[in-house]
Amino acid sequence: MNEIKTLIWKEVTLEWRQKYALSGMLLYVVSTVFVCYLSFNLRRNQLTPIVWNTLFWIILLFTAVNAIAKSFSQERYGRLLYYYNLCSPQAIIISKIVYNSFIMIMLSTMGFIFYAFVMGNPVGDMTLFAICILLASLGFASVLTLVAGIASKADNSATLMAVLSFPIILPMLLMTIKLSKNALDGLDWSVSSDEISTLLSIDLIVITLSFLLFPYLWRS
Amino acid sequence: MRKIWWKILCIVIIFYVIVMGFMGPVPHLAIINESIRNTYYHVALWLAMTFLLFVSMIFSVKYLNKGKIGDDDIASELAKSAIFFGILGCLTGSIWANYTWGDPWPNDPKLNGAAVGILIYLAYLLLRTSFEDEQRRARISSVYNIFAFAVFIPIIYILPRLTDSLHPGSGGNSTFGSYDFDNNIRKVFYPAVIGYILLGLWLAELRIRMKRINRVREETQTF
Repeated sequence: MNEIKTLIWKEVTLEWRQKYALSGMLLYVVSTVFVCYLSFNLRRNQLTPIVWNTLFWIILLFTAVNAIAKSFSQERYGRLLYYYNLCSPQAIIISKIVYNSFIMIMLSTMGFIFYAFVMGNPVGDMTLFAICILLASLGFASVLTLVAGIASKADNSATLMAVLSFPIILPMLLMTIKLSKNALDGLDWSVSSDEISTLLSIDLIVITLSFLLFPYLWRS
Repeated sequence: MRKIWWKILCIVIIFYVIVMGFMGPVPHLAIINESIRNTYYHVALWLAMTFLLFVSMIFSVKYLNKGKIGDDDIASELAKSAIFFGILGCLTGSIWANYTWGDPWPNDPKLNGAAVGILIYLAYLLLRTSFEDEQRRARISSVYNIFAFAVFIPIIYILPRLTDSLHPGSGGNSTFGSYDFDNNIRKVFYPAVIGYILLGLWLAELRIRMKRINRVREETQTF
């Protein structure tokens, strides 16, 4: 436990020292939202809740891929070797997942606030939508962390990251879009309990798999 | 003649399936009519593909445990023949959908899931090509293969059941087996699955042997 806490703290200090990475991600979200806003500006009235919802999650998906892709590649080879000697791989993957989930929750909350600010806010059930953002951030972070680990070992990691992660993340994205549609319409919670449990179980499967598989990845 | 019996068995079964599939008696149902014969090809191909992917995953697990490069060869070649079956399954399904649902690619969650599943495994092949070092490639693509299979099963078999689908067994439709799988179909369907699995293993085996021979030749050249 102590090991994990130290590793998370290390990630936070590292991020704080190179502020350009985090502020770059925030700027990325804001400018993407603004581009979408300007593109839809001509026909604002045609922005139905379904389009609003889908657009929001696609923006978040791209933000997540960009934000998490750097989680392994930003550190130099020598430093990775240093961690390899010091700590267990399980601690490293858990700390990365926790840290990335934290970053994702922050990015998506900021993204949502700005998005609602310029594009209008049709959400009917704010609590359910918040749960949806939380589960999605957790899921995106855990899938993408392992894929980033895989992709960082290869040469053309940027393309590989997108190609490997998009089909894997798709079921999660579809469930999230469905759940947040329920939240938009303000439906009763019992309607969406299915989606919540499916999302939770996908998250659990992915986290367990990353926990089991990462040691093999780490060794190479 | 040592290991040839299962290849002969495979050829016999496949001929049996082709002949009985087109000529054998089938139950007559509304809408589906004679196209129910596609069960022998479309459904059986999908089952064979899932089986091959499962075996491929087992060999990936085995590679990660033991570290023998041969296991990774087997895993990758099985995945390749499974992708081949997957594409054939999509094509036969498309023919079937064209005549019963009136559209070669209706917007159905299972179809989209299948397309995504094939994309996942094509990404696996892409991942394999992006490494020079053999051991490294084997280890990393094994990790991805296990991960991919764990995601593939929910996409194909669990998620479509939660939503409305045109396929039997989804969204309140009952499964095929419960009402119209009579003994005439069973007599062809089960051999069909076994035959396709054997054919897939055969395809994979040829390529594995080719890989092994190439490896030995490379080694003898360098020394």
